[in-house]
Amino acid sequence: MGVRKSEMLMLYLALNLLACTVLLFHAFISSESGSGRIREERAFVRSLGLTDICLFTEASYTRNPAVADRHTSFQDSPMCFDHFPSGALVALPPHLNRHALD
Amino acid sequence: MPWIEKQRYIIDFALSSLMRRWKKNIALVAVYTLVVFVLASVVFFTGAIRKEAKAVLEACPDIIVQRTLAGRQDLIPSGYRDTLGRITGVSAVRGRLWAYYFDPSVGANYTIVVTDRPLPKQGVVSIGQGVSRAIHAGRGDTISLKGHDGSYLSFEVGALFPGSCEFVSADLIEMSEKDFRDLFGIPEDRYTDMALSVRNARERVVVSDKIRRVLPDTRPVIKEEILRTYDAVFSWRSGLLLVIFTGAILAFLIFSWDKATGLSIQERREIGILKAVGWETVDIISLRSWEGVIISLSSFLAGILLAYVHVFFASSTIFEPVLKGWAVIYPEFSLTPVIDPYHISALFFLTVIPYTVATIIPSWLAATLDPDSVMRL
Repeated sequence: MGVRKSEMLMLYLALNLLACTVLLFHAFISSESGSGRIREERAFVRSLGLTDICLFTEASYTRNPAVADRHTSFQDSPMCFDHFPSGALVALPPHLNRHALD
Repeated sequence: MPWIEKQRYIIDFALSSLMRRWKKNIALVAVYTLVVFVLASVVFFTGAIRKEAKAVLEACPDIIVQRTLAGRQDLIPSGYRDTLGRITGVSAVRGRLWAYYFDPSVGANYTIVVTDRPLPKQGVVSIGQGVSRAIHAGRGDTISLKGHDGSYLSFEVGALFPGSCEFVSADLIEMSEKDFRDLFGIPEDRYTDMALSVRNARERVVVSDKIRRVLPDTRPVIKEEILRTYDAVFSWRSGLLLVIFTGAILAFLIFSWDKATGLSIQERREIGILKAVGWETVDIISLRSWEGVIISLSSFLAGILLAYVHVFFASSTIFEPVLKGWAVIYPEFSLTPVIDPYHISALFFLTVIPYTVATIIPSWLAATLDPDSVMRL
């Protein structure tokens, strides 16, 4: 007796779910091993007194959004609200929205 | 159980029906998987990077005090350190010296910092892995930086920051205070900003208010604001990520709408024949639901799996050109996987449910018609 199509489908979905479970397990294991790296990074941040992560290095206001000037992104040229591509990715930090700070 | 056996026969029939139109259905699954893959990649990436940024920046200074002059950030006088130190609750004040440096030879921006850590001697710097890759410099090499007066200053690379810290150090150059002041021409009594330590974490807001009152030309940024910045920056509701998200959702809506607005003549005729040979309306709805579930669930699971592999095994390769922009220095880092059940459920309800519902409605409409008139179409 041949394998029914419904059985093939169930097998396929079961394999997918198994793969998802393996990934969940991987996420759990990696968070354990990743915590060592994060501790190292945290110690580095503390020793250098850093305020930002180094992801967007093309513009000052995306390199250090936490300590960015509110007006920086409008200074590059007239009619150019945002000069750098990463400016479109990085939202305005919430504390720069509050007028009370300036 | 008869109900389960009946459903198995319907699934067999649904699979045969899907295989009859295999080219169309393969294309459908490919597009569907791609949409889920993009959405899930954005969700995984932003979730992981927010968690990582929050964990790493927990160690940032309690309060950063910047000076603003004529609406712009300016160097802060060293005299402010005493004033800030006298504020109740402040345990330590440190003047920070840091700056941006654009290297025209490679078109890269560096962040130059001065720290309290001891460097072997003057003229020796530590550099990040990203800087090392950009200028092909390693330990013992000499790098030249153009000073404020146009003259070039040479520095020996004493050490490279560890690769495990690239997420925060790729573009950094660490040098001594004297070298920094010589390079940028910053007077002895000026700092870029001040970093404050506050004894009680709950007093940061109060201390921040006091700073604004005592030194009205300054702007304090507290640790919570720094951490919130990264929550906002990588929120999937903001920036270009929202554009990607909206684009994918719109593509999916068009895709579902196309499915919902009608069946092909062949599909209608098939429904008519099934009715004519004795299938009930509920059986036809069941058949179409299974078709929808098979396509959407397979695509959803494949999309999620591919997205996980893309973000956590392949370092988000597809996003890299977008994130990199025009930057020359981009960190090589791997994110710690984060799977948020809320986000996965949201993706499931945004993709699988609408598609399945969209396949049922036109079938139900066709199944309620007279089989003879449907077959004559």
